[in-house]
Amino acid sequence: MTWALIGSISDIPRRGARCIETPQGKIAVFRTAEDRVFAIEDHCPHKGGPLSQGIVHGAAVTCPLHNWVISLETGKALGADEGAVRTIPIKVENDMLFVALATVTDCAA
Amino acid sequence: MSTGNTVTMTEKLVIIGNGMAPGRMLEHLFETAHGRYDVTIFNAEPRVNYDRIMLSPVLSGEKSYEQIIIHGDGWYIKNGIMLYKGHKIVAIDRVAKTVASDHGVVERYDKLVIATGSVPFILPVPGNNLAGVLSYRDLDDVNAMLLAAQSRMKAVIIGGGLLGLEAAAGLEARGMDVTVLHLMPTLMERQLDAAAGYLLQKAIEDRGIKVICNASTKAIVGDKRVEGVELHDGRIIPARLVVMAAGIKPNASLAKEAGLATNRGIVVDAGMRTSDPDIYAVGECAEIGGHVYGLVAPLYEMARVAAAHLADDTSTAAFVHSDTPTKLKVTGIELFSLGDFADGEDRHEIVLRDASAGVYKRLVLKDNRIIGTVLYGETADGAWFNDLKKKQVDISDMRDTLIFGQAYQGGTSLDPMAAVAALPDDAEICGCNGVCKGKIVSAIQEKSLTSLDDVRAHTKASASCGSCTGLVEQVMALTLGESYNPSTVQPMCGCTTLGHDDVRRLIKAKSLKNIYAVMQELGWSTSCGCAKCRPALNYYLVCDWPGEYADDYQSRFINERVHANIQKNGTYSVVPRMWGGVTSAKELRAIADAVDKFNIPTVKVTGGQRIDMLGVKKEDLPAIWADLCKVGFVSGHAYAKGLRTVKTCVGTDWCRFGTQDSTGFGIRIEKFMWGSWTPAKVKMAVSGCPRNCAEATCKDVGVICVDSGYEIHFAGAAGLDIKGTEVLGLVKSEDEALQVIVALVQMYREQARYLERIYKWAKRITVGEIRRQVLDDLEKRKSYYERFVYSQKFAQVDPWSERVSGLHKHEFRPLAAVGMADAAE
Ligand code: SRM
Ligand SMILES: Cc1cc2nc3c(=O)[nH]c(=O)nc-3n(C[C@H](O)[C@H](O)[C@H](O)COP(=O)(O)OP(=O)(O)OC[C@H]3O[C@@H](n4cnc5c(N)ncnc54)[C@H](O)[C@@H]3O)c2cc1C
Ligand code: SF4
Ligand code: FES
Repeated sequence: MTWALIGSISDIPRRGARCIETPQGKIAVFRTAEDRVFAIEDHCPHKGGPLSQGIVHGAAVTCPLHNWVISLETGKALGADEGAVRTIPIKVENDMLFVALATVTDCAA
Repeated sequence: MSTGNTVTMTEKLVIIGNGMAPGRMLEHLFETAHGRYDVTIFNAEPRVNYDRIMLSPVLSGEKSYEQIIIHGDGWYIKNGIMLYKGHKIVAIDRVAKTVASDHGVVERYDKLVIATGSVPFILPVPGNNLAGVLSYRDLDDVNAMLLAAQSRMKAVIIGGGLLGLEAAAGLEARGMDVTVLHLMPTLMERQLDAAAGYLLQKAIEDRGIKVICNASTKAIVGDKRVEGVELHDGRIIPARLVVMAAGIKPNASLAKEAGLATNRGIVVDAGMRTSDPDIYAVGECAEIGGHVYGLVAPLYEMARVAAAHLADDTSTAAFVHSDTPTKLKVTGIELFSLGDFADGEDRHEIVLRDASAGVYKRLVLKDNRIIGTVLYGETADGAWFNDLKKKQVDISDMRDTLIFGQAYQGGTSLDPMAAVAALPDDAEICGCNGVCKGKIVSAIQEKSLTSLDDVRAHTKASASCGSCTGLVEQVMALTLGESYNPSTVQPMCGCTTLGHDDVRRLIKAKSLKNIYAVMQELGWSTSCGCAKCRPALNYYLVCDWPGEYADDYQSRFINERVHANIQKNGTYSVVPRMWGGVTSAKELRAIADAVDKFNIPTVKVTGGQRIDMLGVKKEDLPAIWADLCKVGFVSGHAYAKGLRTVKTCVGTDWCRFGTQDSTGFGIRIEKFMWGSWTPAKVKMAVSGCPRNCAEATCKDVGVICVDSGYEIHFAGAAGLDIKGTEVLGLVKSEDEALQVIVALVQMYREQARYLERIYKWAKRITVGEIRRQVLDDLEKRKSYYERFVYSQKFAQVDPWSERVSGLHKHEFRPLAAVGMADAAE
C-alpha cells in the first residue's frame, strides 16, 4: 500500500472536514473534536450528499442533505437508516496526514 | 571504587546531559553493576541533577531549589563520577569514540549515553528574541522569571498547556498580572476534552488569570525590551515578560550531526540502543517505536532498560509503551487525564457531571474495558481507573456504578434536576414577570401551594409567555419533593433531558456563554453534543450574548457555514440581497456578467422578489461573491435562520391605489434588520393598500398600509402550513411601525425554540400576550427594540465580503489532489 501525503492535521478545523480530489471522486477527510482523523468517500449512501459538508459530532457526521448520520469509523449509516460508504485508510505521522493511495486509485472498476 | 587511574580495568561510560532520565539510570546501574564503569557526565546546566518537575512549586514559592535537588555533590563524589558542570558537548566523534565540550574538554568513551532532553519550541515570530522573552525549562528560566516578577507588572504566557498554566499560576502567585494566550479553543486540549477544558479555564480565571483562547500570536512587539504581544486579530496584549510555553522538541541535533539515525527524536531500539551499538539514548531526546515522551514515568522505564543493557542483563529488559496520566500541579486544581478519550462507534462513554460541585468525569470504554479517562474536580479515583485500564479489567459487572468510583456502594442515580437545584435564590426564572427562584420557593412554602396554577396565580411566574413553565415545575418538584410530578417536557435531543425553554432560561440565569459551559452546567450526557442540539445552542448563545459570544462555526449547518444554499448535487446557489425587490441596471449587469464568467446553469427569479443563481461550484463562491460585492451586493441570507426577504409592492411611488410608501418602508425595514439571526427564517412584506399585492398577510411579519397608518400583521405562513396572519394593531407613523416590528422580532428571538417559525411560537404564547408586550407596554417595546439594535452592531457584517477577504478560506479549497496526474495519462 502506498501512502500519499495530503497535508497537515492543522489544515482541517476541529469538528470539521476537508476534501481531497481523486480521479474517482472526492474523499472527505474529517478531524474530530479530539483530533482523530478519518477518510471516507464524500458521497452519502442515501442520495450522494457531500458528507464533508455535514456537522461533525463524536466520530460521526450528519449529512447536510437529509440528515442521515454516518459513522466515520465504519462508513455505515447509524440508527434506522441502512447503507455504507467506503472508508479509506488514513494515518497521522508527525501531524502530517497520509491516505492509502492504493485504495484510492485501485477502485476504478 | 573506580577512579580515572584504573582505566585499563573499567570501561568508560560518558553521559551527555544530567537530567532526570540519566540520573535514574545511574541509580539502577550502581545497584546492579557497581564499579563496572568509570562514569563522566557533561551537563550544559551548571548544576547537579534536580527534580525538573518541581520547578513550578519553586516558581510559586512553595518550595526552594535546595528542596528539589535529587543528587547533591556528595553523591557524585561517593560514586566516583566526574561531573563537568556547565559544559555543553558540541561534537561526538564516533570513529575516535570521543566527545568534545564547548570549553575544550575531550573525553574518550567505550559506551556513550545521550540524554539531552528537549528544547522549548520558540514561535518563529518577529520579536521572539527581545529581552524579556523567556522559555520555561530550567532553573535559570525560573530565576529570570522571579526577577521579572519583582516588578509586579504584566506577564503573558504563550501556550495553555501544562507548562504554560503552571507558569501562569506561579507568576500570579508572585503578584504578576498574567494573561494566557492559547491557540486552540480550549485549554490543554491534548490531555482534556472540551468539557474539562472549560472547567479548567473557569478555575484559572477564578484566580484572576486572564485566558484568551483562539489567540494566534503574530509578533512580539517592543523596542529592545518586550512591550506586548500582537495577535493576528490585531489586538495587542501589553507585557513586560513573555513566557513561551508552546511545546517542546526532542533535542536530537547533536546526535543527528554525529550521523545517528534520528526522526523526531534519536531513534532507539527496545533496548535504548541508537543506530551505533556503543551509543544509547534515554529521556525526552529518544524516540522509540514512533513515540517520543514528555513525562517522566516512561523516561524512568527507559532508564531502567538502559541500565540493564549497560550491565549486560538483556534478558528481561525491553521498553514497552504505556500511557501516562497527566496531572496539573497547580494548587487547588484537580485534573487527571489518561489514555485515549476520543469517541467512536465501537466505544461507549460514561459521563458524570455535577455542575454545582464543578465535577466532570468521563470514562471511554471499548469492549467493556476502560481505554481513556478524563477527571476534573475530583480525581481521587484516577489511580483506580488507571489500574483497571492497565489490567484491562472487564467492567461489565460494575458498569452502572463504575463512574462513581471505587468507594461507591449502593445506588442513587443522577439527579436530572441538579441544574435547577444549584441555582441561587436570586436567579431569575420567569423573565416576563421578573420572578426569581427564591420567591417561588417561599410562595410555595408559605402559602402551601401545590399546583402550577396556584403558583402562577400567586407569583405570576410562567403566567405570561409560559416558556419557563418547565423550570417553574422543577422548582416545585424540588420544593415539594416526590409529591409533585411535573408534566414531562420534550427534551431538546438525546443529549439532555431538558427542553428548549428550560435550556434558554438556564443559559440566561446561569450566564452560560459558550457551548461547553452549557453542556457542563446543564449536565449534557454526551461530550460534544449532536447535530440537533449544537446549532440550537449556538443560536441561543448568539442571541443572548451579542458581542461576547464567539460564534461556533462548526455548530452551524453547512448553508450558514458557507453562506450559500447547498443543492441536491452538492453545488450551491447564490442569492444576493435586492432591497425590497428593487434592482438596477448596474446590479443586473453584474449578475449577468457573473453568470457568464462562472458558467452558471440556471438563473431564476425567486418567490422572494430577487434573483437566484443556481449550480455554482463551491470553489467558485469567493470569486463570484467578490464580483458581486464590487457593485454593492451583500448576501441575501437565503440560507439563514435569519431575516430573508422583505417583499414590497410599488406603493405611492407609482400605484394609483397606494396609500403610503410601501417600497421605501420595505427597504427601510430590510436595511435595518438584515444580518440578524433568528430561531427560524423570517420573511416580511409591505403592501401599499389592502389589495395586498406583496402578499403581506401570509408572512411572518406583514404590513398593510392604509390611509390612517400602518396595520401590522404577523404569524402568517404559506409553506408547509397555510395560515393567514393575525393583526397585531394599527400604528400612525412609519417610525412607530418599525419600532413595533423590531420589538416583535426581538421578543421572538429571545423566546422561541430553535426552528420554530413565528406562527408556531405565537400560537403557544398567544397573540394577546405578544400584543401586550410589544404594542401596549411602551417600556417593554423600547427595551426589546434597544436590545435588537445593540445586537445588530455585531450581526450586520456582510458574510460574503468577509470571505472574499479570506475568512475561512479552507472551506472553499480542496485539501489536496491525489492520483490526478495518473488519471490524466
Ligand atoms: C428559491 C426559492 C424558490 C423560488 O425559486 O422561488 C425557495 C427555495 C427553497 N426553499 Fe422556499 N424558496 C423560496 C420562497 C419560498 C416561499 C415564498 C416566499 O418567501 O414568499 C415560501 C412560502 C412562505 C413561507 O415561508 O411560509 C417558501 C417556503 C419554504 C419552506 C416551508 C417553510 C415552512 O415553515 O412552512 C421550506 C422548508 C423549510 O424552510 O424548512 C423552504 C425551503 C426552501 C429551500 C431552502 C429548500 C432547502 O432547504 O434547501 C429551497 C432552497 C433553494 C435555493 O438553494 O435557493 N421554503 N419558500 C424562493 C427563495 C426566496 C428568496 O428569495 O429567498
Ligand atoms: C516546569 C516543568 C514541569 C514539569 N512537570 C512535569 C510533571 O508534572 N510530570 C512529569 O512527568 N513531567 C513533568 N515535566 C517533564 C519532565 O521534567 C521531563 O520529562 C524530564 O525532566 C526529562 O528528563 P530528561 O533527562 O530527558 O531531560 P532533562 O531533565 O531536560 O535533562 C536534559 C539535560 O541535558 C542538558 N543538555 C542538553 N544538551 C546538552 C549538551 N549538548 N551537552 C551537555 N548537556 C546537555 C540540559 O542542560 C539538561 O540539563 C516537567 C517539565 C518542566 C520543565
Ligand atoms: S417548493 Fe420544494 S422543491 Fe420547490 S424550491 Fe421550495 S423546497 Fe424546493
Ligand atoms: S444524501 Fe445524505 S442524507 Fe440524503
